Amino acid sequence: MTEVMLRLEGASKTYRQGPAEVVALAPTDLSIRAGDFVAVMGPSGSGKSTMLLLLGGLSDPTTGRVTIDGHDVASLTPRQRAALRRRSIGFVFQELNLLPGLTALENVTLPLELDGVRFRQARGQALAALERVEMDRFADRFPDELSGGQRQRVAIARAAVGPRRVLLADEPTGALDTVTGEAVMRLLRAHCDGGGTAVMVTHDARLASWADRVIFLQDGRIVDDARDADPSVLLPGDAR
Amino acid sequence: MSVRNGLLALLAEEPRHCYALKAGFEERTGQAWRVNIGQVYSTLERLERDGLVEPTGSGEGAARSYQLTGSGLRQLQEWFAQPVMLDPPPRDELAIKLLLAVGAPQVDVLQLIQRQRAALIRVLQRYTHQKELLDEETELPSVLLHDSLILNAEAQLRWLDLCEARLRRRGLLARPATGTEPAA
Repeated sequence: MTEVMLRLEGASKTYRQGPAEVVALAPTDLSIRAGDFVAVMGPSGSGKSTMLLLLGGLSDPTTGRVTIDGHDVASLTPRQRAALRRRSIGFVFQELNLLPGLTALENVTLPLELDGVRFRQARGQALAALERVEMDRFADRFPDELSGGQRQRVAIARAAVGPRRVLLADEPTGALDTVTGEAVMRLLRAHCDGGGTAVMVTHDARLASWADRVIFLQDGRIVDDARDADPSVLLPGDAR
Repeated sequence: MSVRNGLLALLAEEPRHCYALKAGFEERTGQAWRVNIGQVYSTLERLERDGLVEPTGSGEGAARSYQLTGSGLRQLQEWFAQPVMLDPPPRDELAIKLLLAVGAPQVDVLQLIQRQRAALIRVLQRYTHQKELLDEETELPSVLLHDSLILNAEAQLRWLDLCEARLRRRGLLARPATGTEPAA
């Protein structure tokens, strides 16, 4: 359970903005293991989303190295990289990006079919994923027939379908109410308790507190990496 | 003050003896507030002296059971009817520390904010995990108490965010944070 799923080694990202160079992420070392639920927090422009894009192999680092499930991303061809992403990583975004013309089941089946999984098998895996998020009875509904919370559950099922073990989420609860947002956290928690990995960018401390690790970014640097506290240790602010 | 009113509230439900009052108080306040039996005894004595409770029978010591009197009930109703006033606010050590840090020489305010933030997040993680283990059906007071603790910690975190943003805008956080690399 301790294998490293995602690793940044001196990975940085610099953008050119006119004549100026903007450091979105300073050289960063980070290891995220199987079973880890990691939240990334920080003010806007602190590098949260950049870090998520690097971890997901969606963006190349300016310097350093990104490893996903043991594969050095830079050593892969674009085709291999796309295949690695499809097989290893699911993305959950605030904007759900479910395809409106497809049912919940078809939405979840789609990434498997794109990966060449046979229809029957894909359908079975998709139904299992929907079952894990308690959405199997809505399998035949179209996205606009579902509530916001239900759509987000389908999005998580799609992200976690098949063999994918890593979920990368950017503000995954978006405009959902508190109780529905907590339900989404419970799903991510369960994914990690089952040996999966989740990295979630959020500005919401209450949601971040569901994670085992909370990483704070400031000006493109990690300034704190808070791991779940030993319950026997009293901490400042803990009056009781 | 609250132990006194807490005992009145419990006795309004049914007559109880000392140990039942102690257990009831702790259970109903989500185990957040331990009271010792001596405190319950002495509070009961004062309530009896003030005519707010009376013994129900002739039992002695711990076996003695108490019930609410008419004036006890009126005082309890009055307590429930009054909103809890946070004005003036209770002293807030974090707020005072941060306010004094702003403009103090040799204080890295950004680091102070960040350390506080990390400490609060750890506390919040603990509350969240504890709350997940509770059963809303059978442990509702503890669930509600954890909601309160979580939301208060969240409020402090949001205040820290706001402080950072304001200080940054006014150029009062000029010193860059010294980044520490995470443990691999």
